[in-house]
Amino acid sequence: MNAARNAASNAAWTARLLVAQRATAFVLAFAVAIHLATIIYAVRAGLNAGEILGRTRGNALFLAFYSLFVVAASIHAPIGLRNIFREWANWRGRSLNIAMIAVALILLALGLRAAFAVYAA
Amino acid sequence: MQTDTLELDIWRGGRDGAFQAFELPLRESQTILDAVTEIQRTQDASLAYRFACRVGMCGSCAMMVDGIPRWTCRTRVVDVQRKGKRLKLEPLRNLPVVKDLAVDMAAFFDKWRDAKGYFEPGESPPADFAVVPPDSRERRAADVAIECINCGICYSACDVVSWDKDYLGPAALNRSWTLVNDVRDRGQTSRLEAVATDSGCHSCHSHMSCTAFCPKQLSPTQSIAGLKRETMRAALRGAI
Repeated sequence: MNAARNAASNAAWTARLLVAQRATAFVLAFAVAIHLATIIYAVRAGLNAGEILGRTRGNALFLAFYSLFVVAASIHAPIGLRNIFREWANWRGRSLNIAMIAVALILLALGLRAAFAVYAA
Repeated sequence: MQTDTLELDIWRGGRDGAFQAFELPLRESQTILDAVTEIQRTQDASLAYRFACRVGMCGSCAMMVDGIPRWTCRTRVVDVQRKGKRLKLEPLRNLPVVKDLAVDMAAFFDKWRDAKGYFEPGESPPADFAVVPPDSRERRAADVAIECINCGICYSACDVVSWDKDYLGPAALNRSWTLVNDVRDRGQTSRLEAVATDSGCHSCHSHMSCTAFCPKQLSPTQSIAGLKRETMRAALRGAI
């Protein structure tokens, strides 16, 4: 009975992780394209750091876009990484889940910090 | 006269073993199973292999032929032998070798059970016959996947099975999908839970080796995709 409940809870989690991964993939498909286009624009237009910051500083749209990007990436990446560790390193169980939550939090903190730094520079 | 002789290298022993060379006359319409049987009856009675029906129904004679999993009773030597080359026969991949060409299928069938690959009638029998229209969506989805003969070729071809020993595998998930589409079944929630675990349908990488090598031309990949959709729907509904 306990095993059955564990399987059910594993299934519920795995299915929800998959939903989260697919949903964030949808966001990332657009976000990555916009991100790359922005980089190419900035480089080809010959903008220097000061000119880039001049465009991003105080730009709420910029902050909102990159916050969404960071949140989506922080959810998406650890789920995929978890699968890779399961398959390639045979790492299973609670320690893996805790490590992946840590990865998610690190990505989230670093990403939001960077987005906010450029916004508030 | 090289073309009149069939030369084979056959795996002998268990996990640790070696190839043994055999030669026998090349015959018209000879199948791989014919060749193995002839060797066992005329050259080496200790050669272990498995077969039953010889007509592609029972699913017991599968083995690796030149690295490709095949049903050997329906595989003719002339169709797979590169001209004048030796044929290499090995036991199915991804399953423990019992001896020579025979593998232990226990893990394969245990996973059918784990994927709830059996009909669940529910607590009480229905009052009347269930009517399942042949052209209903569920019946047609089940039809496409129902002809599996449990030969283990897809399981042997699957790379995910080779790196994740817990992965349920294409055959078990394919059977589970036919039952998800059985409107009479009363065990759907527990079945979706069984196939949605970390070792279930979501581990499939859609390499499609199962589909490429299935001798019955089934597509377990498509069945697994169906399970992915149904389990995600169930998760969004909060049913699992």
